[in-house]
Amino acid sequence: MFRAITVRLMQSIPVLLLVAVLSFILMHLLPGDPAVVIAGADATPAAVERIRRELGLDQPIWQQLLSWFLNLAQGKFGSSLVLNQTVLSAVAERLPVTLSLAALSLAITLPLGITLGILAAYFRSSWIDAGVMMIALIGVSVPSFWIAILSVILFSVTLGWVPSSGYAPLLTAGPGPWFASLIQPAMVLSLFQIGFLARMTRSAMLDVLDQDFIRTARAKGVSEWRTVGKHGFRNALVAVVTVGGIILSLLIGGSVVVEQVFALPGIGRLVVQGIMARDYPLIQGTMLLFGFAFVLINVAVDIIYTLVDPRVRYD
Amino acid sequence: MAEQPLLSVENLTVQFRGDAGWVNAVEGVDFAVGAGECLGIVGESGSGKSVSALSILKLHSPANTRYASGAIRYGDRDLLTLPQRRLRQVRGGEIAMIFQDPMSSLNPVLTIADQIMEPLRQHQGLSVQAARRKAIELLDMVRISDASRRIDDYPHRLSGGMRQRVMIAIAVACRPRLLIADEPTTALDVTIQSQILELLRELQREIGMSVILITHDLGVVAEFAQRVVVMYAGRVVETASVPALFERPMHPYTEGLIRAVPNLDEDVHRLTTIPGSIPDPSMSITGCRFSPRCREAVQSCLEKPPSLVDAGAGHLARCPPRIAAGGIS
Repeated sequence: MFRAITVRLMQSIPVLLLVAVLSFILMHLLPGDPAVVIAGADATPAAVERIRRELGLDQPIWQQLLSWFLNLAQGKFGSSLVLNQTVLSAVAERLPVTLSLAALSLAITLPLGITLGILAAYFRSSWIDAGVMMIALIGVSVPSFWIAILSVILFSVTLGWVPSSGYAPLLTAGPGPWFASLIQPAMVLSLFQIGFLARMTRSAMLDVLDQDFIRTARAKGVSEWRTVGKHGFRNALVAVVTVGGIILSLLIGGSVVVEQVFALPGIGRLVVQGIMARDYPLIQGTMLLFGFAFVLINVAVDIIYTLVDPRVRYD
Repeated sequence: MAEQPLLSVENLTVQFRGDAGWVNAVEGVDFAVGAGECLGIVGESGSGKSVSALSILKLHSPANTRYASGAIRYGDRDLLTLPQRRLRQVRGGEIAMIFQDPMSSLNPVLTIADQIMEPLRQHQGLSVQAARRKAIELLDMVRISDASRRIDDYPHRLSGGMRQRVMIAIAVACRPRLLIADEPTTALDVTIQSQILELLRELQREIGMSVILITHDLGVVAEFAQRVVVMYAGRVVETASVPALFERPMHPYTEGLIRAVPNLDEDVHRLTTIPGSIPDPSMSITGCRFSPRCREAVQSCLEKPPSLVDAGAGHLARCPPRIAAGGIS
């Protein structure tokens, strides 16, 4: 087991290298120049050229890439070109926001998505099934910025229940304001995920509920509740865990749109700022960290498989 | 059967939802099983034998199934109209069932212990420790060696024959009064088949339970059952004691089935078969359902559906021309 995890982590190194190289190439394919952004609109060409040289942007691309990797090998992610702080500290500063939002969103998504999916499968082709699938369809199809704006109009402007934007840190502002600042974006974010998870849970449960062992459970005199919950859901759990991993990956990457609408200083916004300013080290660093986070989530999902399904073994 | 039977199925009609409305899967089925008796139900695929068996405990999917007529009398109760909660007390407690495919009938993510303990805790209210001790005893009883270690295994570590033994252990856990075995040996190879049947016979004697054995194998019926019900296209076509059925089959279909069993004492070059195949349930046939495949069909067979007639000594057959002629052709 331990060996299998080590092997998986080693296998991820080429993947991460590829992520780094590809994001580097993509960034340099984009038009625009960080030196111009830093120097400002009124700078002379000579000033821009000087900044470019200082940043090492006058070197050939392969040399820039090489020196970035050499720094990385020493654990240096470098400094942001525009933020006046290191990449690691910029990420560390914004990570709690994104993680808080992710945790809250997951706490809303998992119970609701799973329950709705199981109900839809159990009452297949009934009005309950149709209703759940309708909610799920709306959840995955309606753009989140639109829902976010409607939600702000209703809950922040008209009812005044929660602030319309901004983030209150848990440690300094306390749990109340923290929760109030995040519950609305978390719910908007969850709408899509609940739809996604409910659909996947439903289809996994439909497969399972047709299996012979469900009939065996009923023939034993087990209650419907236990038949569906214990015998059924335990078997659908592999699919649910997979979807849970995908959802968590999406959440860690930060929701660009939702963070933007609610002015939450999270990772998603950081990346967008970086791209706008052609902040190469920042984008490179965050991409690599995202890649690493996805790898870790996938390894965690693989480990959870072995707990959920005794037939899965890595050895 | 002079005294009251343990369980009797009366005029049972089960319908499934098809593309063009409800279709009769079985129609007007009657049979009964006495206390301690073994009843065989034979027929080919699609004859409705499994449908009838699953109906006894109402194990069909409720969304696509309708019990259009009939009753399943068990004591003074009708299982078809029993409320869900009371039906659950019967399921696995008083009437238990084992199924055709032991590979898929056990839950892959639960241990053997979990699955055997479940009915014990459900129906007898045993504690976890007591249920576990009982479960090990049951595994011993169905001859699984090293039961105290095997019990914590998951089903995928067991062979097909062992899994069917586990299924049997689950079924007999609460010492049921009736065991319904739906083709229990069909998915197993021949040597295992006879071991499983032998085990069932022993357990039947020990517990004193009745058995309904569903099979397409007349050899199994001859060995195991006291009475037989022969089904064809959703109806009972003949019912008799085992000796009577083999000595004097009344229905041409039964006769065809018996002839189709190869005789080991003779040199057989070609196996005997019944030409044609079972009609689709949605197809409407006015007369006898077997008439399209019957060599002896006369005009009256095509005109109106035959009824089940007593040919004497509890031997019933659904073939008026044969009964009028006195049986054997």
